[in-house]
Amino acid sequence: MNNNLKVIVNGLIKENPTFVLLLGMCPTLATTSSAINGMSMGLATMFVLICSNAAISALKNFIPDMVRIPAFIVVIAAFVTVVEMVMNAYVPALAASLGIFIPLIVVNCIVLGRAEAFASKNNVLASSLDGFGIGLGFTLALTLLGAIRELLGTGKIFSLSIYPENFGSLIFVLAPGAFIVLGYLIAVFNKLQKK
Amino acid sequence: MFLSLFVISLVVAVLLAQVNKLTAKPIAAAKALKLENAIKEVVPEFDNNPVEEAYKMATPAGDSLLVYPAKKGDEVVGFAVNTYSNNGFSGNIQLMVGFDTGDKVVNYAVLSHAETPGLGSKMNAWFRDTAKPNQAVIGRNLSEGNLSVSKDGGQIDAITASTITSRAFLEAINKAYVVYKESDADSGATQQNNPEKKRKEERGGTHE
Repeated sequence: MNNNLKVIVNGLIKENPTFVLLLGMCPTLATTSSAINGMSMGLATMFVLICSNAAISALKNFIPDMVRIPAFIVVIAAFVTVVEMVMNAYVPALAASLGIFIPLIVVNCIVLGRAEAFASKNNVLASSLDGFGIGLGFTLALTLLGAIRELLGTGKIFSLSIYPENFGSLIFVLAPGAFIVLGYLIAVFNKLQKK
Repeated sequence: MFLSLFVISLVVAVLLAQVNKLTAKPIAAAKALKLENAIKEVVPEFDNNPVEEAYKMATPAGDSLLVYPAKKGDEVVGFAVNTYSNNGFSGNIQLMVGFDTGDKVVNYAVLSHAETPGLGSKMNAWFRDTAKPNQAVIGRNLSEGNLSVSKDGGQIDAITASTITSRAFLEAINKAYVVYKESDADSGATQQNNPEKKRKEERGGTHE
């Protein structure tokens, strides 16, 4: 049990995909223009991670080494397509604001990376927990990034007004702000982790 | 090797087919609802089904726009026009613009756009603000001439720092008006013979 907890904490802090591994930068930078967008992107990725990790670790003896990458991609793409269809059906507004980045989870290197580095070597339970941990780390990072950008850019967090919008500086909602905020967050995270 | 990849693909295909079956209806319903809400937002109250009665109308530029007629009883109370412009700052802008029967813009809804967040994306609220008469398009009577931004000698204040978006937005509305005018002429033939009916219609419109 202790070991399982370790797997989750590992994904959350020691191997945080955004702040430590620096994987999946494309959705990280592009979808975090608001806290809710960042969070839903993170949750969608987390769902795919848990399912694909579990499925791949269950299938690991069935998949020959030579075709493992295509097999992983097919499994991951299946779960991503499921997420995309479900989001389009039940939360169309959110699906519209995340747009192309939902289908692009397929090529997110976090998902394939965990399949290759963890799920193909561990049992189903540990792999699902690893997917959960890494997914949670990704979700928290994206939510934090989105919240800070939304606050500095528009004066709101989760569309809740903190200060008047006119005092916000628009650059944080746009692309350059994503790089600036992400850079500072990585610096802070590294500083805290060294202690 | 081939077998295992084949089996995985087969299982995945079956799974996706099932999920597609389950979500196809909600997806279609969500799309229809979005369209319906956009129409409801931009025209006076109606009781027909504009989506079913929609038709295509050619524009002078050679393409065509979808027109959704709104009727109460048998009377036409307005038209919602699905219009667009390709001259936005980041390409295509899709709008739903509603007109009453007297050439006036009732309301508009932005269906999709890719304009800069915080600048061009303000068009969703900017042209709606009737408290600021220089920037609102709502209530404008387009029979007095096409809309254009004040920089081009027009009557509408462009969104601050987003003149290109504003120009595209107004271009889309002007385009919709041309189509509306034709639609109105088509359905207006009977109204001309029945001034009583027409007056009632206008009164109904002001209650909105």
